[in-house]
Amino acid sequence: MKQNRFWSFLFLAIGVLYFLLPLIGTFEFSLKMRRGVYSLDAYEAVIFDPRFQATFGYSVMMALATIVVGVLLVVPTAYWVRLKLPSWRPVLEFVTLLPLVIPPIVIVFGYIRLYNTSSWLPLTGTAMGTNILLMFGYVVLSLPYMYRAIDTGLRAIDVGTLTEAAQSLGAGWITIMWRVILPNVFVAVLSGAFLTFAIVIGEFVLAALLNRPAFGPYLQLIGANRAYEPAALAVIAFAITWGCMALIQVVSRFAPRPPAQPH
Amino acid sequence: MNDVTAAAAAAPPAYRPKLSFAWVGVVPFVAFAFLFLILPTLQIVTGAFRNPAGEFTLANVANLFQPSILSAYWISIRISVASAFLGCVVGFLLAWAIVLGGLPSWVRSPLLTFSGVASNFAGVPLAFAFLSTFGRLGLVTLILRDWFGINIYAYGFNILSFGGLTLTYLFFQIPLMVLIVTPALDGMRREWREAASILGATGFQYWRMVALPILWPTLLGTFALLFANAFGAVATAYALTGSSLSIVPILLFAQIRGDVLQDPHLGYALAFGMIVVTGIANFVYIWLRTRSERWIK
Amino acid sequence: MSDPFLSIRQVRKAFGPTVVVQEFNLDVKQGEFVSFLGPSGCGKTTMLRIVAGFEEPSAGTVNIGGKDVTALKPNQRNIGMVFQAYALFPNMTVAGNIGFGLKVAGKPATEIRSRVGEMLDLIKLQDFGNRYPYQLSGGQQQRVALARAMAPRPQVLLLDEPLSALDAKVRVSLREEIRAIQKELGITTVFVTHDQEEALSMSDRIVVMYNGCAEQVGTPFEIYNRPATRFVAGFVGTLNVIEGTITDPTAGTVSIAGGAVSVGNRVAGRKAGEAVSLALRPEAIALGRREGRDGLVKGTIREVSFLGSVIRVRVAVGEALLSLDTFNNPASPPPVAGETAEISFSSSDMLILDR
Repeated sequence: MKQNRFWSFLFLAIGVLYFLLPLIGTFEFSLKMRRGVYSLDAYEAVIFDPRFQATFGYSVMMALATIVVGVLLVVPTAYWVRLKLPSWRPVLEFVTLLPLVIPPIVIVFGYIRLYNTSSWLPLTGTAMGTNILLMFGYVVLSLPYMYRAIDTGLRAIDVGTLTEAAQSLGAGWITIMWRVILPNVFVAVLSGAFLTFAIVIGEFVLAALLNRPAFGPYLQLIGANRAYEPAALAVIAFAITWGCMALIQVVSRFAPRPPAQPH
Repeated sequence: MNDVTAAAAAAPPAYRPKLSFAWVGVVPFVAFAFLFLILPTLQIVTGAFRNPAGEFTLANVANLFQPSILSAYWISIRISVASAFLGCVVGFLLAWAIVLGGLPSWVRSPLLTFSGVASNFAGVPLAFAFLSTFGRLGLVTLILRDWFGINIYAYGFNILSFGGLTLTYLFFQIPLMVLIVTPALDGMRREWREAASILGATGFQYWRMVALPILWPTLLGTFALLFANAFGAVATAYALTGSSLSIVPILLFAQIRGDVLQDPHLGYALAFGMIVVTGIANFVYIWLRTRSERWIK
Repeated sequence: MSDPFLSIRQVRKAFGPTVVVQEFNLDVKQGEFVSFLGPSGCGKTTMLRIVAGFEEPSAGTVNIGGKDVTALKPNQRNIGMVFQAYALFPNMTVAGNIGFGLKVAGKPATEIRSRVGEMLDLIKLQDFGNRYPYQLSGGQQQRVALARAMAPRPQVLLLDEPLSALDAKVRVSLREEIRAIQKELGITTVFVTHDQEEALSMSDRIVVMYNGCAEQVGTPFEIYNRPATRFVAGFVGTLNVIEGTITDPTAGTVSIAGGAVSVGNRVAGRKAGEAVSLALRPEAIALGRREGRDGLVKGTIREVSFLGSVIRVRVAVGEALLSLDTFNNPASPPPVAGETAEISFSSSDMLILDR
């Protein structure tokens, strides 16, 4: 056991070193914009850059839209499959795993070819159409996480009994979804939502290839042309990711909520 | 949601109880997956076997077999294998340290949270972080040079290379492995270890004959996932190296942007090749898994 | 008595400030079947794990076959063990599990194969060698676990509540089977259980444990009929406790609700007027007068439970509620609650609970 502990501390120390060094290095680098002293100049330069504000705002809107569409798509489907079509579960599992196996760049390449201006559904013809296409692409990227989070949430509650209870009280399907199922998987939905937010906010490939003014391509542009601002942006991006994960931790404290809710 | 309602409305009337319309409920999802996941992928696959006139041809795929493209595939595969393998090994050791290594119990939760963060901290910002740390003016580079007199660049290290990219990818590969394998290690029952020990097995024999065979499917699956994860990663590599390192996703990125060759069907073939590689990785995984998992229901 | 084969001397175990085993001494003869019986948290499993080598005692020694094994690791002790929840290796077949101990010892394949065959015969699962654990029932898995423990010919067999995860019917048949195999092979066995019926039916001797101490060591007959402490009396079997007052210590008379009894010289030396707790097993009490029984009290029948072959009757005597068992008799109807009744017993069956 003592020997075990020595090795554990060794592995842990190596791990901590490997993971902390780049973070410290980036942070230190981001403070060095003014020669000779540490300053927050790089952060100031970034935050007051109108392009930062525009692209960041665009990506936040994208992330929110992705979350809404993803939830509306996944929650009813996962619920319905659990309730009525259990034999479809393996199909759903397989399909939602595909985005982890098929590289995103391949998927977006397919979009460009499939929905170009001369196709049957010319989504890339207009800015709005391209936005929608990009958002659908993000829904696809977040499917593995969204589906798993929600399916885990549904497993924790007794879907069949809840539904029958609601039906016996005269509830229709919309009421059941909105008043019964959604509140009960709300924590799971939030977990999936924060993860989706973390993925979408800095995403590069889809946005760059569909040519949308998102945060990811902006990051890349700054990285190619500036020295210290990228480090500041990396620190900000890390803070956002960390914030999302922290929020997941916080909401999952409330996870196994008692099914007895006032509504 | 409206479609679910529609499905309910379309429920079979009482006098025809055998006909079920329950499948209507999954139509929105299936349609979405078909339009934005399956169909685009199929488009690439079929496009790889067509010429610009739309006729069947093997020329696009044959075009892949030119030295520059082959070497791009080769270096991509090497980076993916190396980062997946190292990610598995280091991630496994870390998870082992958390679960079985006798570390204080407060270590576990922050480490898992951090793994969640780091496994999602990929793309462009990750490249910035590693440039700021291991780049020519990075913190570690400078510290090693000024304090220890070691100039890693003089020893041939370059962040814009196979080694550098692998080192960078490990930042999200290791935490992903930790996240997947920690629950698997939690599932290893103490009685298995004790039973092996009382039957005379050494710690090494226990790991070789019991623990590793039980964990094998998880390890293989994670390896396949990490491989695909690294193989398809564009943003980190592109932000780190620009177009200077010729790996497949970057080649394809340049193709789609129209920076290089104008033959869109070579792009199809490149993308098809990527699907084939990740497909083979997953097929090997599934095959090995069914072989090693006869003991699971 | 021949030299003890397994000898536990002055063993003490503490986890930090919590003492879980104290001053434990036990000698087990070659081929003997000894049970550790007690409620959960009494230290019986810890004691077993000390013998196995999974826990290091804070003080004391463990000897097996005349050799001090206290400092040896579990894999150097040549002990067989069966765990509560099967603990079969899920990735190996039944044959692979049984042969595991021989394989890690580097035995040749032919020897392993023949020994595995022998063990499969012993547990009557000849055709199951190629199955995986998940394809077996709980009882079958536990028999395989037993065979796996026995295959390397261990010096001592340890059984850690091996039956508690099984359902009632299997539990009874498997305990008979384990006992038969143990007798056939003559292996020294220590069995941990919280189930008194298992301990009473299987053991040569029982160690009743409570709060880390061995309260009493004895044969099942002694433990049941002559419990040494109040705890043993209460834990093993059902017990009716009657509070009484000594009226004459020399004559041995004690007054209880509804009458007086004589307990001979067992309260000699105590003072008149002192309170005393008397105890009776349900089967020692009879409904109505019986020939040769000197104890007789009156009471009211409160409750009648028909258990099949036995009818359990609860009779209120003063403050106390006494349980008694009568055999079912198809010819006469069972007693009815609310009736008054006389109950009789022999005062020599009465236990005096001192502590």
